[in-house]
Amino acid sequence: MSDVQEGHEHPEDSAELSYYAQRAQAIEALLEEKGLCTPEEVQQAVNTVESRSPADGARVVARAWVDPGFKQRLLADPRSAVEEMGYILPDANTQLAVLENTEDVHYLVVCTLCSCYPRNLLGRPPDWYKSLAYRSRAVIDPRGVMAEFGLELPGEMEVRVMDSTADMRYLVLPRRPAGTEGLSEEALARLVNRDSMIGVTDPFIPQAVASA
Amino acid sequence: MSDSAIYQPGDTVRVRVDSPPGHYRTPDYVKGKTGRVVALCGVFRNPESLGHGGSGLPAKPLYTVEFPQADVWDGYTGPESDKVLVDVYEHWLDPA
Repeated sequence: MSDVQEGHEHPEDSAELSYYAQRAQAIEALLEEKGLCTPEEVQQAVNTVESRSPADGARVVARAWVDPGFKQRLLADPRSAVEEMGYILPDANTQLAVLENTEDVHYLVVCTLCSCYPRNLLGRPPDWYKSLAYRSRAVIDPRGVMAEFGLELPGEMEVRVMDSTADMRYLVLPRRPAGTEGLSEEALARLVNRDSMIGVTDPFIPQAVASA
Repeated sequence: MSDSAIYQPGDTVRVRVDSPPGHYRTPDYVKGKTGRVVALCGVFRNPESLGHGGSGLPAKPLYTVEFPQADVWDGYTGPESDKVLVDVYEHWLDPA
């Protein structure tokens, strides 16, 4: 599976499967043979992850920006809150958690041990999130990493790096950009890029505001 | 171990220094470090058993623990208030 490889992807033709594709197939066949899961369950899990994208997380963030009650529920019980919006999180073994950025605190998410990511809501993580460089540097030099993404944070803002080491899957709730009071929920969602939900950037600033 | 958590948010804890064989989820960089419990995440099946075909039971309380970056990395250049937060299972923690 190209997802397992890092860096660059090789196009696969059916005649010659890559090492990782063969390995994934062998593991899947074993799981089915041992009765641990059915092909349908595997397909369903793949479909869920493939059907989700950062646009789904962005809708959740925008809802939290415009609806204080929803935001409260999202922070207190993220699984139920996103379910209100129709996002069923199938993996009962992990918990979604939401980290709220404020004017005093900025969260940045990393998984130093592997590549834990809220896939059930955001889809697959970007390749750089899985790279050794990001995974080591995000904890050691988070401000340097964010600066490379274009985000320079003032010294008085506390940077909190969340290392997703276990069963929690973290979504950053970024700050709503200033000057967006008049925007609809839908327009706000378009400002919420993937990287702002990992915490390496802030949301986009709308052009009208940026050029004002 | 039971399902009841022994630490509360605000408690000071030290991460054990250990390298057991198997699928443990405590990163090396916080071993031996002292931090503060921020939250109890819940009770989860133990990955050290789950990762090797076990039941993961008894389940273990999992905590988010925060550490000042300056205590974790020699020469950390950011402000003193910066923190790194790590989710750590209870059996990796001692009171400090």
